Amino acid sequence: MNYRGPFRVRAEQRPMPEILHPEDAIIRVTRTCICGSDLHLYHGMVPDTRVGSTFGHEFTGIVEEIGALVTNVKIGDQVLVPFNIACGKCNFCKQGLYGNCHESNSMATAVGAIFGYSHTAGGYNGGQAEYVRVPYANFGPTVIPADMDPDDAVLLTDVVPTGYQAAEMGGIKEGDTVVVFGAGPIGIMAARCAWFFGPSRVIIIDHLDYRLEFAKNYAKCEAYNFKSMPDPVLFLKKITDWYGADVCIDCVGCEAEGNALQTFTGKITLMQAGSATALQWAINSVKKGGIVSIVGVYGPPFNFVPIGNVLNKGITIRANQASVKRLLPRLIEHVQSGRLNPKGLITHRIPLEEVSDAYHIFSSKLDECIKTVLIPSTKH
Amino acid sequence: MKTENFDYKSIPGWGMDMDPENEPTYPMKNYTGDDHKRSEYEKSSQQPVDIEVLKSNERPTYSAVFGSSVPPSGLSGMIRRYAFKHSEDRYRHWIPLIIADRVNAVEGIFEDLKKGTIPNILAERGWKSELKYNPAGLAKKVFVGALVTSFVITYLARKKG
Ligand SMILES: [Zn+2]
Ligand SMILES: [Zn+2]
Repeated sequence: MNYRGPFRVRAEQRPMPEILHPEDAIIRVTRTCICGSDLHLYHGMVPDTRVGSTFGHEFTGIVEEIGALVTNVKIGDQVLVPFNIACGKCNFCKQGLYGNCHESNSMATAVGAIFGYSHTAGGYNGGQAEYVRVPYANFGPTVIPADMDPDDAVLLTDVVPTGYQAAEMGGIKEGDTVVVFGAGPIGIMAARCAWFFGPSRVIIIDHLDYRLEFAKNYAKCEAYNFKSMPDPVLFLKKITDWYGADVCIDCVGCEAEGNALQTFTGKITLMQAGSATALQWAINSVKKGGIVSIVGVYGPPFNFVPIGNVLNKGITIRANQASVKRLLPRLIEHVQSGRLNPKGLITHRIPLEEVSDAYHIFSSKLDECIKTVLIPSTKH
Repeated sequence: MKTENFDYKSIPGWGMDMDPENEPTYPMKNYTGDDHKRSEYEKSSQQPVDIEVLKSNERPTYSAVFGSSVPPSGLSGMIRRYAFKHSEDRYRHWIPLIIADRVNAVEGIFEDLKKGTIPNILAERGWKSELKYNPAGLAKKVFVGALVTSFVITYLARKKG
């Protein structure tokens, strides 16, 4: 996969990745997904996304080659690779903040390193390819349990941990009302995982009926289309006894719909780093003293966020890229026990060669697309 | 769309992670006592810096490992080098990078032409799938495009005359 500029990607032969560090591994990709956050790259919203980059931070594969110091995986192992590149040894990694590793991204200090996610996130090529270089192979790649469906495994690289951490950061307590903004794969997963923490209500908000329908079935939650209401914040206040939700979760990020001013300043004129509508709604519809959890991706520079309301309402904001490796043991257990069915999110399976169409389908929300898996043919 | 009568406790996994003794909510900080030792940790060997890597000026050294997918080049590279003279706190870091990305997209077209390939922009934009799943939308786009073009041509023709 080769990025050529906004809305333009194509499949083509690229040079084989090489071991550049003794702790690297080369992995032959068996499955890779397109993520909602890839669309921010595809739309040209993320700074320092260079033409010639390969995207893809959700992938599984087979270890093809290992560097001299790699001992944790061996050639032939089937592995899932967490989307964040982490050393496992720096002081942030030691705290479990694997999304904030200090030894994998030279290009920025505010963002950790992510496969195939611009030079701001480290300048690594991603997994929407036949082969990919995986740094810190002693830490990240995790052998897929023998009894696990490979489609479940690939979603454990990002969607499941991110959705789960979104719910986790909400600090949900028994009886809480949780509102999830965005019924993309992460939002649906966050709504599903929220139930693990014992709330009494989970509500999901989006603007596309087919996604809401999917969310309602998959996550067993209440689902509302904000296009059908004059004021979503007012609506949420009304259905929560004029009190506000206990926990609001933003699974949208910088390309939110629904607010003309945010759209104009954030998406059309780029006066801010994307439209922050979902975050604005989350802050304004959570109860006083409530918790807002953010996993939607925002650009690094600047956003119009109602910070005054955060202060006056005494809101706690928690946000991060998911620390995949920290959550994997718990989530693998949830999948193995049947409590969680990640592959249920997959609606499309497309050969890697058709990557241009795959991106367009997902970006334009065609064919009721929720989650796409790309499969490399790997004839070699 | 109301599902209020649903028995939530019947959902498999309800309350699963709610054990207050095992509160999983972050920050459940894994306190190591090392917070103020900052950079005193066992660091992997340094990946050789044998290509041009634009390093954030908010850190003194390169990270032990870094990506090397597309080194800066051409005009966009010059803009990026300028951007990296400024910290991540400054607009003059991020805005030039966004501009460089736009310049880079144009450079990409020239790069293709130089290699003797004419980029199939419609295919790259996935219009095959647009045709398959949204033919009405595509027809509208083509129609609007044609309309705009004809207006522009008419306007230019009139201006000349
Ligand atoms: Zn993702
Ligand atoms: Zn680290």
